[in-house]
Amino acid sequence: MAAAVAAFDADAVTGGNDAHDELTLEIAPAKIASICGFLKYDQGFVRLSTVTAVDRYPAEPRFEVVYHLHSIQRNERVRLKCRVRGEDPVIESVTSVWRSANWYEREVFDLFGIRFTNHPDLRRIMLPDDWEGHPLRKDYPVTGSRV
Amino acid sequence: MSDSDLPGTVLTPAEEGAQAASGPRSMVLNMGPQHPSTHGVLRLLLELDGEMVVSCRPDIGYLHTGIEKEFEVKHYQQGVTLTDRVDYLAPLSMNLGYCLAVEKLLGLEIPGQAQWMRVMLTELTRLNSHLVWLGTHAMDVGAMSVFLYCFREREDILRIFEMFSGQRMMTSYFRIGGLALEPPRGWHQRVKKFIDVFPSRVDEYEDLLTNNRIWIGRTRGIGVISLEDMLDLGVTGPMLRAAGLKIDTRKDAPYTSYEKFDFEVPTRTESDVFARYQVRVEEMRQSARIVTQAMEGMPAGPWKADAPHVVLPDREKMKTQMEALIYHFKIVTEGFRVPEGEVYQVIESPRGELGFYVVSDGTAKPYRVHMRTPSFGNLQATGRMVEGSLIADVIASIGSMDFVLGDTDR
Repeated sequence: MAAAVAAFDADAVTGGNDAHDELTLEIAPAKIASICGFLKYDQGFVRLSTVTAVDRYPAEPRFEVVYHLHSIQRNERVRLKCRVRGEDPVIESVTSVWRSANWYEREVFDLFGIRFTNHPDLRRIMLPDDWEGHPLRKDYPVTGSRV
Repeated sequence: MSDSDLPGTVLTPAEEGAQAASGPRSMVLNMGPQHPSTHGVLRLLLELDGEMVVSCRPDIGYLHTGIEKEFEVKHYQQGVTLTDRVDYLAPLSMNLGYCLAVEKLLGLEIPGQAQWMRVMLTELTRLNSHLVWLGTHAMDVGAMSVFLYCFREREDILRIFEMFSGQRMMTSYFRIGGLALEPPRGWHQRVKKFIDVFPSRVDEYEDLLTNNRIWIGRTRGIGVISLEDMLDLGVTGPMLRAAGLKIDTRKDAPYTSYEKFDFEVPTRTESDVFARYQVRVEEMRQSARIVTQAMEGMPAGPWKADAPHVVLPDREKMKTQMEALIYHFKIVTEGFRVPEGEVYQVIESPRGELGFYVVSDGTAKPYRVHMRTPSFGNLQATGRMVEGSLIADVIASIGSMDFVLGDTDR
């Protein structure tokens, strides 16, 4: 798997591991859409299981955008991870590869404030449109009221 | 408070714009967020041409609770109680997914009895969830009495849960390392009494519905969506199986010793509301088979893992042994540390693929817990499914998806 991705685009994979028998590939953020396209159409990963993010505040690059892919045919899963910087976080959308990414990415945009370029409908999904801040960021308080 | 103060009850300027742009023949109808057939708070923006649906945009988030944020300030074991409240119709499936994920990070070995008990109770949860689905779905479509029959059996299941955990719905019975309590005395007779009659009860529901002309008229050929569309839109579970894809995590990547059980994965090919009904009814029969096997073959032995730094000691030991007392104090006050790492544990919930992505930074609280909930993925296909159909069929179609809004919005 990892070798196939490296053969497709040697610059795209920046790291990876298979701890707990789960394959993780770290992908250069600029390459994510093309790698996803390759994995879907060439490697049989027809399903995008989920997209989420992890905030590593205050480390830089601050955000990890995490994709879980599933191949029914091969009965395999793979995790892709892109590191995105904290100031004006932005990454390319994978909605052109899987339509299901639409809501998954909207959720990440809503709760983490990571923008996805070429997304057809990038609006908040869980919170009201006029909400301030992004709750799943580590510098967003768990409790407290606005003054 | 007037109607216009409630969120979602009036159209926003952008939505009014959509209405104006859609031309004189069509109108935009706001279905929900308090529509009874949405079983929760789902809002559908329907653009109609007469009685035909031109477009459908689901609007979710009314039940967003911020549970994923809440996880980050709770000890791992406390997190179990949060999972119940996500998919409140299948609390034990949620418990199981979370516990398995954390146990994988900890590298814990779970004893046989706990595993089989987990299988048995998770399958009872599947029955519970499917019964609520069948009852309410039939009621939406116009068959009131099915609801009463389904809830009669559901009551029995809830009483079994109460017997095990002391709670009917928010059970939190699975804990990291095994079960919360020793299985109660007499559970075997209680479960046996229920599961022996249950298949005949499924026959009763089928008598009421399967050959019922009104039921067939309202469900056959309705809500059809292609398998390719569903895979692309993130749909999982019974809906995929009703479109002919034999996919079930219990078979494909067995967890909690599901590989030791003998059961079928039912499929249909029509991919309509009726096929989804048939798949779920057959799943109930298969779940009953699994419960019977688990009950008959239940291994003896411990019901929690041998890991004193994770699992609370027995009450008796805690009061008589110094070491047990120390462990008890430490687990209760500061929790237990989980090695750094990340896992994605997928299980088959009654609604489809349920994934727990747990990231640990080596402390006693999770760094990040993400739940990939089946309802969220499934609901994305609503638009594709109902566009071009009659407005009356919208209710049958969304009913056949079996979503739970707590599971969608988290």
